[in-house]
Amino acid sequence: MSRDATKLLAARVGAFKPNAFVAAGRSLWPLVIGLVIAFVLQSAVAPMLGPYYAKLLLDVGIAIVLAASLNIVNGFAGQFSIGHAGFMMVGGYAAALITYYGSIKLGWVVPGAYGVEVHGGFMGSGDVMFLFACVFGGVVAALAGLVVGLPSLRLRGDYLAIVTLGFGEIVRVLVQQSSEVLEPEVAANASWLDAIKHIGGPLGFTGTPTYVSATPWVENAAGEPTGHAGIFFAYAFVAVVLIAAYRLKSSSQGRALLAVRENEIAAEAMGVNTAKVKVVAFMMAAFFAGVGGALFAHEVGTTLNAKELGFQKSIDLVIMVVLGGMGSITGVVLAATILTILPELFREFAQYRMPVYALALIIVMIVRPQGLFGIKELWDLTVWRRYVIPAWRKVAGGWLIPKHEGNLPIAQARDLSSERADADSATDKDPAP
Amino acid sequence: MAAKSKQTTLIVVSVLALAFVVVWGKSIAVGVVDGGATKLLQTFVNTVALGSMYALTALGYTLVYGVLRFINFAHSDVFTVGAWVSFSLASALGWATTESPLFAMPLILFLAMAICAALGVTIEMLAYRPLRRAPRLNVLITAIGVSLLLQNVGQLKFVFGTQPQHMPALIHDSSLVEIAGVHIRVVDVTVVVLAAVLLFALEALVYRTKLGRAMRAVSFDERVASLMGINVNRIVSITFGIGSALAAAGGLLFALKYESIKQTADATWVLLGLKAFVAAVVGGIGNVRGAVAGAVLIAFVEMFGAAYLSPHMRDLYVFVILIVVLLVKPSGLFGKAVVEKV
Repeated sequence: MSRDATKLLAARVGAFKPNAFVAAGRSLWPLVIGLVIAFVLQSAVAPMLGPYYAKLLLDVGIAIVLAASLNIVNGFAGQFSIGHAGFMMVGGYAAALITYYGSIKLGWVVPGAYGVEVHGGFMGSGDVMFLFACVFGGVVAALAGLVVGLPSLRLRGDYLAIVTLGFGEIVRVLVQQSSEVLEPEVAANASWLDAIKHIGGPLGFTGTPTYVSATPWVENAAGEPTGHAGIFFAYAFVAVVLIAAYRLKSSSQGRALLAVRENEIAAEAMGVNTAKVKVVAFMMAAFFAGVGGALFAHEVGTTLNAKELGFQKSIDLVIMVVLGGMGSITGVVLAATILTILPELFREFAQYRMPVYALALIIVMIVRPQGLFGIKELWDLTVWRRYVIPAWRKVAGGWLIPKHEGNLPIAQARDLSSERADADSATDKDPAP
Repeated sequence: MAAKSKQTTLIVVSVLALAFVVVWGKSIAVGVVDGGATKLLQTFVNTVALGSMYALTALGYTLVYGVLRFINFAHSDVFTVGAWVSFSLASALGWATTESPLFAMPLILFLAMAICAALGVTIEMLAYRPLRRAPRLNVLITAIGVSLLLQNVGQLKFVFGTQPQHMPALIHDSSLVEIAGVHIRVVDVTVVVLAAVLLFALEALVYRTKLGRAMRAVSFDERVASLMGINVNRIVSITFGIGSALAAAGGLLFALKYESIKQTADATWVLLGLKAFVAAVVGGIGNVRGAVAGAVLIAFVEMFGAAYLSPHMRDLYVFVILIVVLLVKPSGLFGKAVVEKV
C-alpha cells in the first residue's frame, strides 16, 4: 500500500474514533465499576458475611485472578500450560521479597517482636508498597514466562505442557534450596543479593506482612486492626484481569490467538506471527499468575510455601479453565467460584476430590470437548439470549445491554455463518491429515 | 524485522544454554579428575542402573507417540502403578517378612507386567479411543485427567494408601564383585540385565516381526496402513499394552533398587516420568533406539551432576538439557525433522 493510501485510510478510520476524553472514559468505566464493586465487597458485603465466608470470598477472588490468567494462554491461545503455580510461586516470592525486606529497610518493624508490621492505613504507604510488589511480582513472573515460553512455544503445544510442568517443579526445587528468612535485625544490614538467598527454603517465606486480609475489621489483642483490605485488592485485580482478558479477546490480537488455537498452520498462512502472539499471551498469563501469587503471599494465615504451589495447584487451575470452558471468561469465573466453594462444603469427602475432578476432566473432554461454556460468554449462550435478555429488555429497556452491539464476539459471528449454534463449536476438529 | 529479532533472541538464549553446558561439563571433568576412581565407578554404576529404568519408561512414551502422535501423560503413572502392584503382590504373597524363593522375582515381574498391560489397554480403549480424531489439546487434557485419576485413586485408603512403603527384597541382595572398592550389587546387575533383555526383545519385535512391521506402518501413516489391511485399533491397543508392560518392569526395578516407594501422587513420580519423557525427546521422540540413547544421556547428566556438583540440583540439569535440545534440535538427537502439513 502506498503511503498516500495509508494516510487516507488512517484519516477515515480516525473519523470514526471518539476524541481522547471519550475514549479514555469508555475504556476506564469498567475498571471504575470494578473498583467500586471491590470496595463494596470489602466494606459492606464481607462484614455481613462474617469471617468464615469473607475468607472464602477472598479465596474465590484470588482463584478468579489465577484461573482467568490461565485462561488467556490455555483458553485463548490453546497452548497448554500446566505449570501455572510455578509462575504464581515466582511472583509470590518476588513480591514477598519486596514487602518483607523492603519493610525492614524502611524501618517498618514491630519493635521487640519477630516480623514486620503492616504499615499505614488503607491505601497508605504500606498498601502502595504492597501494590508495587504485586506488579513487580507480575513482571518477574512474566520474564520467567518469556524464558520458558521462547523455546517451547516455537514447537507444538505438547512440549509447552511438559516444559511448564518441568518449570514448576524446578522452581519448587530451587526455592526449597534457599536458606531461612533473615530476622529483621540481621536483614537491616543485609544486601538485596543476600536477601534473595534467604527466602525461607523448605519452611516457606515466613513473616510476610499480611496486607491481604479478608477481615480487616477484626482487631488483635493490642486493639489494632489485623490487616488491610484484602478483598478489595483481590477484586481490584479480578477487575483488571477480567477487563484485560475481555479486551484482549475482542481485539485483533485476541482473534489472532483464537486463530492459532483453532489451526496454527492456517493462522500462520493468514499472516499471524504465531510464535510472537503465543509468547505474548503466555507472558500476560504469567504476569497475572505472578500477581495472584503476590496476593496469596500476603494473605493472613497462609505461609508462602513452595510445597503448596506445586503440581497440584497448577492442576486445580487447569481444571477450572477446562471445566469452565477454554476461552470463556465468564465460564472460567463461574468454574473458579464453584470449584473454590465446593471443597469447603464437602470437607469430609476431601480424599475423593481429586479422583472426581480427574473423572470430570476425562468425561468433559469426551462428551463436551470445548468445556461447559466453550468459547462463549454467559451472554452468548442460547438460554441467555433467548430468555434472559428479552426479560431484561422488558424490565429495563436498553439499559446496560444496548440493543445493537458494534462488534460481535467470535462466537456470535460463528452463529451467523452457520445456523447450528451449539453444534458448531463442538466440531472444531483438526482436519484429517 | 520481527523475524530478525526473534532469531537474535534465539541465538542469545542458545548461546547462554550452551555456555551452561560447557561450564557444567568443565566442572564435572574437574570433579572426576579430583574425585578418584572409586567415586567415578560408583557413579557410573548408578548411571547405568538409572539409565536402564529411564529407558524402559521412555520407550513407552516413544512407542505411543509413534503410533498416535501424542504424549501419553499417564504413562509415568503406569510406572508408579507397576511399582505399587509389585509391592502389593509381594506383600500379599507373604514375601515382605519371609525370605522370598528364587522364582519370586520372575513371577512378580510377569504379573505386574500383565496387570499394567491390561491397565494400559483399558485406558486407551476408554479414554483415548473416543478422541482419536479430536484436536490434540483435548487428547492432552484427557491424558492429564487419566494421569490424575491414576495418581489419586492410587492414594485412596482401599487401593494403595498414602503411606510410603518399603519394598521387600525379592532378590538376595549381596555384593557380586568388588572392583576398586565399589561393590557391584546383585540388584544393579539384575536391573541392567533385565532392562537390556527387554530392550532387545522390543527391538526384535519392532524390526523383525510382522507385528512390528504393522506398528511401523501405523506410525508411518495410519490411514494407508488401514488400507493395507492392518487393524489400526488392534495395533494401537497392543502398543499401549507393550509400553505399559515395559513401564511396569521399570516400576518393579525402581522399587527393587531404591526400596522405598512413595504414595502415588508424590512429586518424585512426576519428576521421574518427566525425566523419562525428556529422555524420549532428547533421543528423538518416536525413535526406539533414540529413547534408549536419550535415557542413558539423561541418567549420565543427572547422576554425574548429582555426584560431582550439587545433589540438590539434579532435576535442574535435566531440565536445562531439555531446553537446549528444544532450541538446537527440536526433533531430538536421532529424530527426523518433521514438517507439519495441513
